[in-house]
Amino acid sequence: MKRVYIYKAYERFWHWSQAFLVFFLAFTGFEIHGSFEFFGYKNAVMYHNMAAISFLILIAFTIFWHFATGEWKQYIPTFTNIKAQIDYYLVGIFKKAPHPTRKTELSKLNPLQKLVYFGLKVILIPLLSISGLLYMFYRYESNGQIKSINVDGLGGIASVHTLVALFMIAFVIVHLYLITTGTTVFSNLKAMLTGYEELEHDEDESEEKEKTNE
Amino acid sequence: MKKIFIILLIITVIVISLATMLVKNQSTESKLEILKHRYSKKHISSVDHAKFAILQQQFKTPQDVTKACISCHTERGKEFMHTSHWQWSREEYIKGRGVVKLGKKNILNNFCIGISGSEQSCNRCHAGYGWGDKKFDFTKQENIDCLVCHDNSGEYTKATGGAGMPDSAVNLSKVAQHVGQSQKANCGSCHFFGGGGNNVKHGDLEKAQLDCSRDVDVHMSGEGTDLRCADCHTTDHHVIKGKMYSVSSMNKDRISCSQCHTQTPHKDNIINEHSVKVSCQACHIPTYAKVNSTKMTWDWSKAGKLKNGEEIEEEDSLGNHSYMSIKGQFTWGRNVVPEYTWFNGTADHYIIGDKVDTSKPINMNTLHGDYCDPNAQIIPVKVHRTKQIYDTKYNQLIEPKLYSAHKGDGGYWKDFNWDTAAKLGMEGIGKKYSGHHTFVRTQMYWPLNHMVSPSDKSVSCIECHSSDGRLKNLKGFYIPGRDENSAVEFIGIGAIVSSILGVIIHALLRIFHNAKRNRKSNNLKEE
Repeated sequence: MKRVYIYKAYERFWHWSQAFLVFFLAFTGFEIHGSFEFFGYKNAVMYHNMAAISFLILIAFTIFWHFATGEWKQYIPTFTNIKAQIDYYLVGIFKKAPHPTRKTELSKLNPLQKLVYFGLKVILIPLLSISGLLYMFYRYESNGQIKSINVDGLGGIASVHTLVALFMIAFVIVHLYLITTGTTVFSNLKAMLTGYEELEHDEDESEEKEKTNE
Repeated sequence: MKKIFIILLIITVIVISLATMLVKNQSTESKLEILKHRYSKKHISSVDHAKFAILQQQFKTPQDVTKACISCHTERGKEFMHTSHWQWSREEYIKGRGVVKLGKKNILNNFCIGISGSEQSCNRCHAGYGWGDKKFDFTKQENIDCLVCHDNSGEYTKATGGAGMPDSAVNLSKVAQHVGQSQKANCGSCHFFGGGGNNVKHGDLEKAQLDCSRDVDVHMSGEGTDLRCADCHTTDHHVIKGKMYSVSSMNKDRISCSQCHTQTPHKDNIINEHSVKVSCQACHIPTYAKVNSTKMTWDWSKAGKLKNGEEIEEEDSLGNHSYMSIKGQFTWGRNVVPEYTWFNGTADHYIIGDKVDTSKPINMNTLHGDYCDPNAQIIPVKVHRTKQIYDTKYNQLIEPKLYSAHKGDGGYWKDFNWDTAAKLGMEGIGKKYSGHHTFVRTQMYWPLNHMVSPSDKSVSCIECHSSDGRLKNLKGFYIPGRDENSAVEFIGIGAIVSSILGVIIHALLRIFHNAKRNRKSNNLKEE
């Protein structure tokens, strides 16, 4: 085992600010949806919109970061070993079988994660953002007059936005649980907080990497 | 590199939030200040009518006053005779009917129903002298009542049952010498008292607005801008802007809040954007009849009860008539929360002779519009609900003669006989009464435009954005917080619930297997 710096500073900043925003958006979103009263409707809408814009800025920077660092390659979905990964979660995990894929700096996501995160980044979050932007700007001010885009009201937009948001919450629930399936119950959480994780050592790869870093 | 990146990110967020704050701080307060300044300048008349020789005489009749007016204002009489305040009628185009002449002259309402046979009483509010029956001459200029609108002495009143003639106690010379622009009290002398008493009809127009707090009416309050009616109801050649859809039908010559306040008066753009579908009034008139009560229901079928041959009058706890032998039973409301409806500025009316379905309430006026209509907005309305007289054989509403000066003349208010009243009233408009009547339910919509509250008292978001809110009865479109798509809820909540269940089951299995493994290894050790 070796202590490896696996989550870079920006990555952690991105992850935790995104986590905060997702929770905050969900909370204010439910208030707007009429599920409860907490901030007051007007404030809930204002906070939700502010958080949404912050989220979009974060996404923009993160997309840049992914391409600038080449990290985007981590998310290319692959179907090799996917059955092994599913088997692990359904069977192996109960027998304390070893993880079927090895986590390294260059490949920190298992095939199932790749697939899910890819779907999240390419389908769920874009759908959520686009429906959210339409929700915000289907009416807008122009030269002292209010203009509308050509839609029959909010029904469709709101339904897509709500549905995707609910899926997002389902994702978060599973995600939170799967954190506990690392080497130990807290090892994944610790890694995302400190950046370092104890990984099974692969001499050739990491030494090479360290050299190039120097 | 990474640090620079994070710093850049933080700077961007700060710059964007500062920029949005600055944009929003462009003060709407200053816009309001400009308006207040403009309207607080009081009009100073260029002439003093008391100094005109022609007005320094003892006038015998009010018509003599009008002649004196016209001797200087030579063209105003002709001009005035084209207006609806004189004609009580105007040409209106109504979809499905074409062009019709409609107005107080021939339209029905669900208060005192119509003027036929009761002109002596109803036409007190005609801006003329002597329209007591069908023979009134609408071409005689001297019958125009200039004073009711232009008296600034505060002493002019019209006589009860006098067909528009002034009260005999009025000093015509004094009033004639104190004329000027119309004040609130001039308009109010009729428009506050429609339906036979203060605030009976409109609910948002009543005598309290002559002297009220800003909470009651920000525009008319003396604590506020102290606007006269004519400040908003601007006038061109005696044609006064503003429509009441109890008698109007077309989307023209209307007044809007935006003529002063622009279409985007709020700091918060989300609120401005509501104006596409929501009228200003819907949020800014949270309740109406804020001081004195307004009539909400009227049951004519209960009229006519007498005690030892004498009329009965009963009052509710607030001192409003709850029963009158001549009119029937009433309920009143104070601080009433409006009902809401779509409205595109056009309306239809019950026109006498219309055959209608009496299984549901008959609309005395129908406000057109729905969500898909680009011209329609949600407006607040008072709905006045009545049971009124109906001809069961001819299937039409009846316009009965209510008023008569003496017993035996057939007016219901003296003789308490519906058959005679119905016959005489219908004859007055050239129609027949079959001799069979009943009482049917009707309703009438009164759009609310006055009694605007201060902005901090306006309707809050949650009052409509909730399933049990003010707009719960306005169906067919999506309001966040009120509506949900049941398929979305089912699938989405289903996904969440199954994730939770899945996670719990998976976790329990892990714990169970872990425990089993631990036991095994313990057993092995012991062995």
